[in-house]
Amino acid sequence: MIEIRIHARAGQGAITAAMLLASAVFAEGKWALAFPHFGSERMGAPMNAFVRLSNKPIQRRTQVREPNYVIVQDPTLLAGFNVAEGLRPNGVIIVNTDKTPKELGLGKNGTRILTVPASRIAQELLGRADRANTALLGAFAAASGEVSLGSLQDAVRERFPGAAGERNAQALARAYEFIKAKMKHPKEA
Amino acid sequence: MTRKLIEGSRAVAEAVALCRPQVISAYPITPQTHIVAELADMVAEGHLRAEFVNVESEHSAASLVLGASATGVRVYTASTSQGILLMNEVLYNIAGMRLPVVMTCANRAISAPINIWNDQQDSISVRDTGMMQFYAENNQEAMDLHYFAYRLAEDHRVLLPAMVCMDGFILTHAYESVEVPTQAQVDVFLPPYQPLYVLDPADPITMGTLAEPDKYLETRYMVNAALEKTLDLIPTFAGEFAAVFGRRGGGLVEGYRLQDAETVIVGMGSVMSTLRETVAAARERGQRVGALKVITYRPFPKAAVARALGRAKRVLVLDKAISMGSGGPLATEVKAALYGRRGAPRVAGLIAGLGGREITVESLERLLALAEKENPDGRFLDLRTDVEMEIYA
Repeated sequence: MIEIRIHARAGQGAITAAMLLASAVFAEGKWALAFPHFGSERMGAPMNAFVRLSNKPIQRRTQVREPNYVIVQDPTLLAGFNVAEGLRPNGVIIVNTDKTPKELGLGKNGTRILTVPASRIAQELLGRADRANTALLGAFAAASGEVSLGSLQDAVRERFPGAAGERNAQALARAYEFIKAKMKHPKEA
Repeated sequence: MTRKLIEGSRAVAEAVALCRPQVISAYPITPQTHIVAELADMVAEGHLRAEFVNVESEHSAASLVLGASATGVRVYTASTSQGILLMNEVLYNIAGMRLPVVMTCANRAISAPINIWNDQQDSISVRDTGMMQFYAENNQEAMDLHYFAYRLAEDHRVLLPAMVCMDGFILTHAYESVEVPTQAQVDVFLPPYQPLYVLDPADPITMGTLAEPDKYLETRYMVNAALEKTLDLIPTFAGEFAAVFGRRGGGLVEGYRLQDAETVIVGMGSVMSTLRETVAAARERGQRVGALKVITYRPFPKAAVARALGRAKRVLVLDKAISMGSGGPLATEVKAALYGRRGAPRVAGLIAGLGGREITVESLERLLALAEKENPDGRFLDLRTDVEMEIYA
């Protein structure tokens, strides 16, 4: 079973991201469970969304405490939360930022950190920097190989029919390619 | 039958729609909102031919479905937490008037302090109304229990309301795959409602009239007798359910690895998935542990519970609710079900998971270890003594 924890603020679309990932994996014939945990249920309040992926039916419903992957949708949360908490050995943290892991002061203890300018991609393609959720899913697909880019794009087109779906599918692809290129040439990143 | 990955609230809304309710009324409250918002959408978009009535409170929502049900139509409402408490007096009336209202409780804690997260204090506090109560472990069960609840509620041997309880957020807000039956399947299992008596201006009758001391006792006796009658009907309908839908649905209790189990943990709702995982791990270590899920809490299936637990040495009951000054309501009833039986196991009641405190495999493993050494009856699982100091210091 693969476990994912998303750190975001309420209103940024983390639940939608979790749902889209679960839908894409479900469409690939696997099992998925996605669920949120809210703080004080107010726009902007820190919250988590969780996803579990498996080849078998998923029993566990408790919050993800030992994730294989962490997605940080809002980098301002790095200041107040230890996003690496419980991260499994060989786990990966994906952070939405223009900065490098070094600039963020992360990854000193050998944790694998990937940064992706998801908000910038969202601003360019969707016209809103706070819609970074789909781009981050593209980054996750590239970094993990747990889901195909095509399945995620299908899920996005189904959720947002028409032009919005197309633009989100492009955001997915843009972030996917960004991470793929980075993984090919890690030094340049 | 199609398999879909959808949110638990949406799954329940689809299940309710398949039951063809004619009148729906509800007041939105977290974490029930998505269910009734979805149904309102279905009605607005013409996918569901029902009247959706917006009201100003839960008391009005319950009153509205009471009145609509009395005219002989199938009705639905849903609530949670404070909303269930506000419905309380109406729920007694619905049961006393023998109206087969079906509702969902998206289980959430009760104030004060304010808390939006899950426990089961809300539904437990209306357990004495005369409603049937069923608890869902996952979203498939949450859907299935609605077909089951309508079928039982409208049976002329029953004619009582039913509440389907699903843990707030843990189930209502979880996206997972569920099997959605065809309309034809649901229609086979749940035929149209045939009311015995209807409110009709052309042929007026009185419902819920005054009963003087010479009749009230008997009326209450009959509500209780009808509720207890469902203990026989539930296994029968569970068999029919399996025949129509091709999977298990409904039922009184469900055991997990009870064979030769020395210690059995009892619970209701979504915590059962954590219990299964705990039991499987304990079995790997060679510990003889099992779990018992109580699906039907009202009427309380005393005989089925006693049968399932009779051979255990030790029973640990998890309550996500508390009867202040007494203990866990489920534990109290499990103890009563076993009382006086020869060789009955020792039963310990634990208060657990109030207000969204997670019940983890690790805390249950600590509980199992503790139960080997002492009787943990009356304890609160994972109680933090430092918090009390913070609040009252």
